[in-house]
Amino acid sequence: MNTVIQDLELVSVTKRYGTTVAVDAVSHHFRPASYTCLLGPSGCGKSSTLRMIAGHESVSDGSILLAHRDISHLPPAKRGTAMMFQNYALFPHLSVADNVAFSLKMKGVDATDRRAKAAEMLDLVDLTALADRLPAQLSGGQQQRVALARALITRPQVLLLDEPLSALDPFLRVRMRTELRNLQKELGISFVHVTHGQDEALALADEIVVMNNAVIEQAGPAREVFNAPRTRFVAQFMGGHNVIALPQGHYAIRSDAVQVTGPDAGQMDAHVTAIEYQGTHVSVLSRIAGDQEVTALVPDAAFFDAPHHPGDRIGLTWDDRNLHKLTA
Amino acid sequence: MNPSAARLSSRRRAAPFPESVAMQSRPNLAGWLMVSPLALVLAVFLVAPIVLIAVVSFWTATEFSIVPAFSWENYDFLFGSSVTYRVFLNTFKYAAIVWALTFLIGFTVAYYLAFHIRTQTWQIALFLLCTIPFWTSNIIRMISWIPFLGRNGIANSALLSWGVIDAPLEWLLFSDFAVILAFVHLYTLFMVVPIFNTMMRIDKPLIEAARDAGASGPQILWNVILPLTKPGIMIGTIFVVTLVMGDFITVRFMSGSQSANVGRLISNDIALLQYPSASATAIVLLATVLLTIGILLRFVDIRKEL
Repeated sequence: MNTVIQDLELVSVTKRYGTTVAVDAVSHHFRPASYTCLLGPSGCGKSSTLRMIAGHESVSDGSILLAHRDISHLPPAKRGTAMMFQNYALFPHLSVADNVAFSLKMKGVDATDRRAKAAEMLDLVDLTALADRLPAQLSGGQQQRVALARALITRPQVLLLDEPLSALDPFLRVRMRTELRNLQKELGISFVHVTHGQDEALALADEIVVMNNAVIEQAGPAREVFNAPRTRFVAQFMGGHNVIALPQGHYAIRSDAVQVTGPDAGQMDAHVTAIEYQGTHVSVLSRIAGDQEVTALVPDAAFFDAPHHPGDRIGLTWDDRNLHKLTA
Repeated sequence: MNPSAARLSSRRRAAPFPESVAMQSRPNLAGWLMVSPLALVLAVFLVAPIVLIAVVSFWTATEFSIVPAFSWENYDFLFGSSVTYRVFLNTFKYAAIVWALTFLIGFTVAYYLAFHIRTQTWQIALFLLCTIPFWTSNIIRMISWIPFLGRNGIANSALLSWGVIDAPLEWLLFSDFAVILAFVHLYTLFMVVPIFNTMMRIDKPLIEAARDAGASGPQILWNVILPLTKPGIMIGTIFVVTLVMGDFITVRFMSGSQSANVGRLISNDIALLQYPSASATAIVLLATVLLTIGILLRFVDIRKEL
């Protein structure tokens, strides 16, 4: 859709509400034509960051650059971004086609052109048959596609998605995220997606930006962020990790990289505190010296060949290459 | 679930509440009992009086007596007189002008409250402020305009002392201007409340979505807020139109008995003890108002608001 691929950059962007700092001097370079997820718990500043990029929130300090142009003080529609809202914010009084064509109507494009362009967009999201319905007559997934079409009709260079999947049921969520990913590939523009679900971020993102307490904790390719968390927060928030205090410092290790052996055979002894069957795996919760909890994820076949029970003494072992030192 | 289990569970469910089983066997009775108080109130205080008025409208009256015999005389007279048409036209004129003014003011006030006041506390505080005039009676509020608008009233003396005018303005009081001013003063809140109520239900992200799509302020107002506020506007319209069309005291006081509307026609008949004639006029007015509302409701669906 776009011939020139543009990149988006945040330069120490800050958002203050009175005395509270919602976003604290965040700098990040979003790679062109990539799918980026802003990930973090609620109140971490990810939504404020997105809304500042969109222009629905003013920037207290710093600047936002798109294609080397400072867009921080432009109105939303002049930025080259488009936003998809959390609950889609479809106009309830307008048909699907009129919703999609809304921005063209605002620009003064005449009705036949509008109709044609909207039909094109609806075709892209596979909703041609429902063009004359009202939003209330659509399912959640269909509403989301209308919202997508409405955002994309402005031909944005960056599409901003504010928790786009949170209103959907779990099955639909998995299907829609595949669709989002395919759409991004097809259009070749950047998607910036805010979410608090790490599984969603891992499944979708080329790059994950983990935020906490108004700053970026870690940014990088999905696999790197999951596999090598740099801070205790990232390790815990991404899940599937143990944070262990060893004499050399704090380390993160993936639960599935921890193996269970017989007592005195491992690097460390532990007492099993609980067993959780999780289908493909069994998670063995245990307590090691210093009252630290360590979880080992054991493939179910391996576990049931040599089952353990709460109270058993076991040994834990791991490959030292899988230990990642935490900076904070 | 197998049949015996179903029976068991249904018995277990029913057992602690034997009275609910009894209720279910005669569901109609319970339903009728529940609606009867309201139905009774409406029948005695709404339906019966209207039926009575309709019946009386077909009676005839002389200077001394009322004759309970069926006759079209009242309606013949009503539709045969040019006064009727002029007065009805005047009533519609008041309703139209007052509607336009209350709509403009009401929409603006509601818009300000709903979209420019950020905190809910302030919204409620300012909303209550709007209702303060309603703490006194209609008549008092109306009459307090008289010393303000009179020939030697505050408005005229202020304008004279500022040198804006050389002689007192005669049309300030006892004129259509005064009638409409009083109507607008009395009934604007009936427009503000339903419009404000509908506006508060508009999802704020819709406004952002419109802005994201490049809509300017006036475009958002015209393409998003106005269409979504229609039901509230319609409810306010019904209030204002029915109140203005049924009024007689405001017109009498503020026009100094120089203008007439249908309400005054009826009140004059009553003063002369011409009840059948008053009833006929009332029935025609009722039909007119119902017709007007019926037409209005063809355009907007207000069921969502109720």
